Amino acid sequence: MSGFFDIPSDLQHSWAGLIGLHLREALIPVAAGLLLALPVAQLCGRFRWLYPPVLGLTTVLYAIPSLAFFVVLIDYTGQTELTVMIPLALYSLVVLIPAIVDGVRSVPDETLAAATAMGFGPVRRYTQVQLPIAAPAVIAGLRVATASSISLVSVGALIGNQGALGNLLAAAQKYDRPELAVNAVITMAVLAILCDALLVLLRVLLTPWMPRGAQPGTRSAAGPGKFREAEAEAL
Amino acid sequence: MNIFDFAHAFFGDSANWQGYDGIPQRFLEHLQYSLLALAVAAAIGLPVGLLTGHTGRGGNALAFIANAARALPSFGLLVLVVLLIGFGLLPVMIPLVVLAVPPILVTTYEAVRTVDPSPVDAARGMGMRESRILFQVEVPVALPLILSGLRSAAIQIVSTATIAAYVSLGGIGRYIIDGLYQRDYEKVVGGATLVAFLALVTLVLFWAAGRFVVSPGVRRREGRAKDSRARTAE
Amino acid sequence: MTSTAKSSWSRTRHTGAAAVALTAATALLAGCSSGGTSDNPLEEEKAEAGTVVVGSNNFAESTLLADIYGEALKAKGLKVTYKHNIGSRETTYGLMKNGSITVLPEYNGSLLAYLDPEAEQESPDAVNTAVKAKLDKKLTLLDPSPAEDKDSVSVNAETAKKYELTASSTLADLKDAAPELVIGGSPEFQTRRQGLEGLKSVYGLEFKSFKALDAGGPLTQAALAQNEVQAADIFTTDPTIVKEKFVVLGDPENLFGFANVTPLVHKDALSPEGVDALNEVSAKLDTETLLDLDAQVQLDKKDPLDVAKAWLESAGLV
Repeated sequence: MSGFFDIPSDLQHSWAGLIGLHLREALIPVAAGLLLALPVAQLCGRFRWLYPPVLGLTTVLYAIPSLAFFVVLIDYTGQTELTVMIPLALYSLVVLIPAIVDGVRSVPDETLAAATAMGFGPVRRYTQVQLPIAAPAVIAGLRVATASSISLVSVGALIGNQGALGNLLAAAQKYDRPELAVNAVITMAVLAILCDALLVLLRVLLTPWMPRGAQPGTRSAAGPGKFREAEAEAL
Repeated sequence: MNIFDFAHAFFGDSANWQGYDGIPQRFLEHLQYSLLALAVAAAIGLPVGLLTGHTGRGGNALAFIANAARALPSFGLLVLVVLLIGFGLLPVMIPLVVLAVPPILVTTYEAVRTVDPSPVDAARGMGMRESRILFQVEVPVALPLILSGLRSAAIQIVSTATIAAYVSLGGIGRYIIDGLYQRDYEKVVGGATLVAFLALVTLVLFWAAGRFVVSPGVRRREGRAKDSRARTAE
Repeated sequence: MTSTAKSSWSRTRHTGAAAVALTAATALLAGCSSGGTSDNPLEEEKAEAGTVVVGSNNFAESTLLADIYGEALKAKGLKVTYKHNIGSRETTYGLMKNGSITVLPEYNGSLLAYLDPEAEQESPDAVNTAVKAKLDKKLTLLDPSPAEDKDSVSVNAETAKKYELTASSTLADLKDAAPELVIGGSPEFQTRRQGLEGLKSVYGLEFKSFKALDAGGPLTQAALAQNEVQAADIFTTDPTIVKEKFVVLGDPENLFGFANVTPLVHKDALSPEGVDALNEVSAKLDTETLLDLDAQVQLDKKDPLDVAKAWLESAGLV
């Protein structure tokens, strides 16, 4: 009873069950973060003075350690998945908002003028012109947010079995079974890589006008790089 | 009781300011872990990033390594390494360095690679050796971006170093973990405030460093470049 | 000119489709949540009527005992769910009060020390009576079992040799050595009466420093064995005491009191059959049995649920 896939009964999930749980706890916050970031970024694009304080606020939120966030939230949301997901959603904003703002800003004036000339209203222009052109930058942001979200879920193990695959880490420690920790680390890493690959695929599908050869490496580098520049602007 | 009351109670209690579990001691420990991890990560990330950025080779391999490292969960690595090799500073350094290398590596590579090629070509035409081109032409221009990579790594380290407390080490994380198990919100909020404060100090220090070490000419050009970037397409 | 216009047209169409795809992907992702099972995160964390929620603290023996209780209740036809590895007593007691969990394996004297640090502990039954007087009105303790698992201050073999401590030594003998020793224990040990506080006020022990580890788990065992700490809070049923030749120091002032394994239950949650089932378990559970079951989990790495079921069967309880 100490095999690689022998999950202790007190976790109440199979290995596959933990994976499902982990994906849910990690990805919903990123999706929620994206839904939240879109309007905020739009406002920051419209009112430039808003951008530095928003960036400052998200950076401060980002600096709060996840565990402290979880512990304080327990009083409001209990020892539940929601307690884990709220901070993760907020963390994702620090990457997503700058990604969207910079992406939307990068749309050339001529393109916007052309869209207006074709009779596009502001809403249609935003959803059909600006957002799609911003897609590579937004997805670069999503890639960073997703990877960190998948990693951070595991800390939820410390507030009572709320860390999905992270619970394996707590169990590894509690029962002194290192193979469970190996399992958890490898599984989480593979999940992160798979999600990343899916996002790259999504980008290729969303941006058919871009050369296929555009290498993912430089993309991902451009994402956080931009985020940092934007952050520098905030100071 | 709201969060500010908790923070006030925590910082107002003189017992929290002395001894091995006092704020100065825990703060110093945190600083020690963070600086050490940043130094090691920079020692790995900067040379590799500079070299690959200068030659323009190995970008794909680099992106692959960075993405793989980013996929490794810090907390998981910590628990795993402790189970495998036991107590000490090393189990904490490994996850922190793995966390910090990708941003440093990727940004440095990107910073050097995207330096305007004309001054580089000019320098080469003047007969400058490659090492001088790198350190006297490319690095000064790339410095703002390189610093931003270091800063991003530093902030992540400061925030993540709290997990060291889970495996019985010190640092500010001690207050957060202890507060969780002792059901003591003052400690949790106090600890979180200290970490956020340290992160803020880190931001300010990097900003100041940017003012100090980046050549004024580059700084001005950065501003102009940003303006033009905002207007034109990628 | 026309060709430019055309390409820009097709681009717009593409991008429109892309926007739709992006939205769809987001919606799909968000949809995962509604596909989830019972745990609507917004619902009140209350136990469903008729379901017993057995909780456990964050150490192996607690999980094992919770499994024993849960399986014994299931055998009587009760509906049982588990909430394992919650944390320390400081957390689980709150969850018992608000009904998020309704049955919890407790240690009667340790619970008393939590509720009333100054209380005298004279006998297990007196302790039970005292606890019931202090408990939240919605909660009660069932019969204590003879099985006892106390906190203890134990030193490793190296320290025992250095300071000439033997099996007959007590905490009082540690007074001179303490300032040179690092003591380890769970984070909550630092602030508990049955922890650093009591060691100081009752025995006058002031250690060099305190190292926060886990609740008598592998971290504490390893730290003591490797001399990272020289003394530690080790549970008296810990199988590593024998294995690593730790010396458990006597407690003449009875600081660590009695710690008989006793179910803490929410009054409304348990039917009379449920109460009987748990009392039957307690009647058969003695310290020797507990030691054996702990060793199966901690040394033989058996799954606690399997160990629980096997014991219930052999004891004729299911």
